[in-house]
Amino acid sequence: MTDIFGLLKGKPEDSDYEKKGVIVQGITGSYGSVHAKQMIAYGTNVVAGVTPGKGGQKFEETVPIYNSMQEAVDATNAKISILFVPAKFFLAAAKDALNSGIKLLVAIPEHVPIRDTMEALDLAKQKGAVIIGPNTPGIMIPELIKIGIMPPMPFKAGKIAVLSKSGTLLYEISDALTNAGFGQSITIGIGGDPVNGTRLIDAFEMVKDISDLEGLVIVGEIGGDSEEMLAQKIIDLGFNKPTVAYIAGRAAPKEKRMGHAGAIVMGNYGSAESKVSMFNKANIPVAKRPAEVPVLLAGKMEK
Amino acid sequence: MQLLEFQAKELFREYGISLLDSISSTDIEEGRKHAKQLGYPFVIKIQVPVGGRGKAGGIQKCQNDDEFDIKYPQVMDLEIKGEKARAILLEKMADIKKELYLSIFLNRSKRCYTIIASAEGGVEIESVKTQIIKEIGLGDVSDEIAKEVAKEMGLEGITAEGVVDTLKKLSKLTIEKEAELVEINPLAIMQDDRVMALDGKFVTDDNANFRHDELQKYQERTEIEEQAEKSGFSLVELDGDIAVVGNGAGLVMSTLDMLSDNGGKPACFLDVGGGATTESVYEALTLISKLDRVKGILVNLYGGIVKTTVVAEAFLKAYENNLIDIPVFSRLKGTESEKAKEMLQGSRTKIFDSVEEAINAAVMGTKK
Repeated sequence: MTDIFGLLKGKPEDSDYEKKGVIVQGITGSYGSVHAKQMIAYGTNVVAGVTPGKGGQKFEETVPIYNSMQEAVDATNAKISILFVPAKFFLAAAKDALNSGIKLLVAIPEHVPIRDTMEALDLAKQKGAVIIGPNTPGIMIPELIKIGIMPPMPFKAGKIAVLSKSGTLLYEISDALTNAGFGQSITIGIGGDPVNGTRLIDAFEMVKDISDLEGLVIVGEIGGDSEEMLAQKIIDLGFNKPTVAYIAGRAAPKEKRMGHAGAIVMGNYGSAESKVSMFNKANIPVAKRPAEVPVLLAGKMEK
Repeated sequence: MQLLEFQAKELFREYGISLLDSISSTDIEEGRKHAKQLGYPFVIKIQVPVGGRGKAGGIQKCQNDDEFDIKYPQVMDLEIKGEKARAILLEKMADIKKELYLSIFLNRSKRCYTIIASAEGGVEIESVKTQIIKEIGLGDVSDEIAKEVAKEMGLEGITAEGVVDTLKKLSKLTIEKEAELVEINPLAIMQDDRVMALDGKFVTDDNANFRHDELQKYQERTEIEEQAEKSGFSLVELDGDIAVVGNGAGLVMSTLDMLSDNGGKPACFLDVGGGATTESVYEALTLISKLDRVKGILVNLYGGIVKTTVVAEAFLKAYENNLIDIPVFSRLKGTESEKAKEMLQGSRTKIFDSVEEAINAAVMGTKK
């Protein structure tokens, strides 16, 4: 099982406790550079960037740029990387990271071919590394570390874990939670692709044993059956922390991809009804609107 | 993308999977020529990207010219689950002993390819009790696994060999074309014990399109969907009258759900992508202005980093250029929203603080 807090924060005796180094792959690209700046502004310890051919330069006059991940890892000993390269270069960049000793790879690009994701996952498994994404907004411990593209405003430190397939709904629902007084201990973007490096069920494994966890919010959408699997897991484990879900795509037509590559209902596989009924079985209320999530969560906490 | 039966069969043929003789056409004159070439009897099959064709009357036996003249137009004019005929396939009649099922699909939760096979074919696989299921990693099927599948299906002799051969070819097809699903239902055992694919379903991974120029001829898009793709948007046309625009697939789906809950009918799903800029919103409005049925536009943007004034500028520019003359109901989350409201004062764009208010106003404002 992945000790995600160990990776993101470290242990109090570590010299870099709560300042774990992060490498940005594609740091000089238009997207990578904007978000590298935003992550630094949030307090994330960005220790290096990688752009082939630009080694030796500095990003924003402070962050050293390397030609390869091996050089960047050798120089910084970082275990975390965030990847901003275009989808068609994802596999090469992911292999570069995993072969260089990266243990947590956050893959932002959308439109990565499924085969490339599966190949990267095979390698990650061999190396004992975790991939989050592709097509994810990232992962964050609010007010401590942000490895992703999420805007900072919706999030506040607290004791609710939020797992989401969608980026903007993660922001929307975290915003509603924050406004209702529910800060977040961690938020994990699963991503909207058919195959996810970290599935809902894996993300749940990462957060379920947080000692002071007060609640769990699951933001799902049509497509696949990862919500159903998670609901079953929650039933099997008898997990009893207050849990609320939201499912987007109830009104979507069948057999159409709704923006995300993974958001497609084929026959009954992936339908909202199937997910809602499994959550009901697990005694998890499903909000009809994002704004309803904190209301249902508060209701669960009173019981 | 999802291929039509005759397109899937083109690929099957290329990979050496056994098929009956068949020819596709898009009008009756062309069809008549094919009928002569093929010779009676044959089956007239509607080509639509949905299942349930047989039940809906989209597959008809045809014995002679008189029947052809009646049945070809009948099948051509059918609409199945809202889908019109893209083409008609004429296929020789088969003398079948038994129907089997065979597919390779991407198992999303297990994150591997999976074979599903069954000795019962020709029906929906969900309704079949005895399914043979084998996980096969990245899609490669060894002789050993293929033989095991045939054995578990209870087959022997040349029929078993035929299934092994078909399965291995399906595997090659899955890997080389980056399929999410390849299905043969039914895979028929003929009177002489050989096997043949009588139907074909093929779904590819759109994200791998850049590696598959050879598949692009199968891509089916409306003009507007094509333009949307060029702009980096996702657009799905729907049949209502309120266009739904937002940033992020989840947020737009969520807006669609809430609109439908409140009695509104969405005209489209339009995701402009994670960020939102003056240009992207203006581009989205341009696309929507081409959809005649739209009576109002519902905009739901969670800006985060985006300034709402930047979005307001897009609306103002759209009015200035007479791009849109219908009301816009908008919820813009982000910085400078007070200023954005001021900018749009007196225009046809109304800004609301919550998406619920925007939706209610959109439903009321487009009712006539």
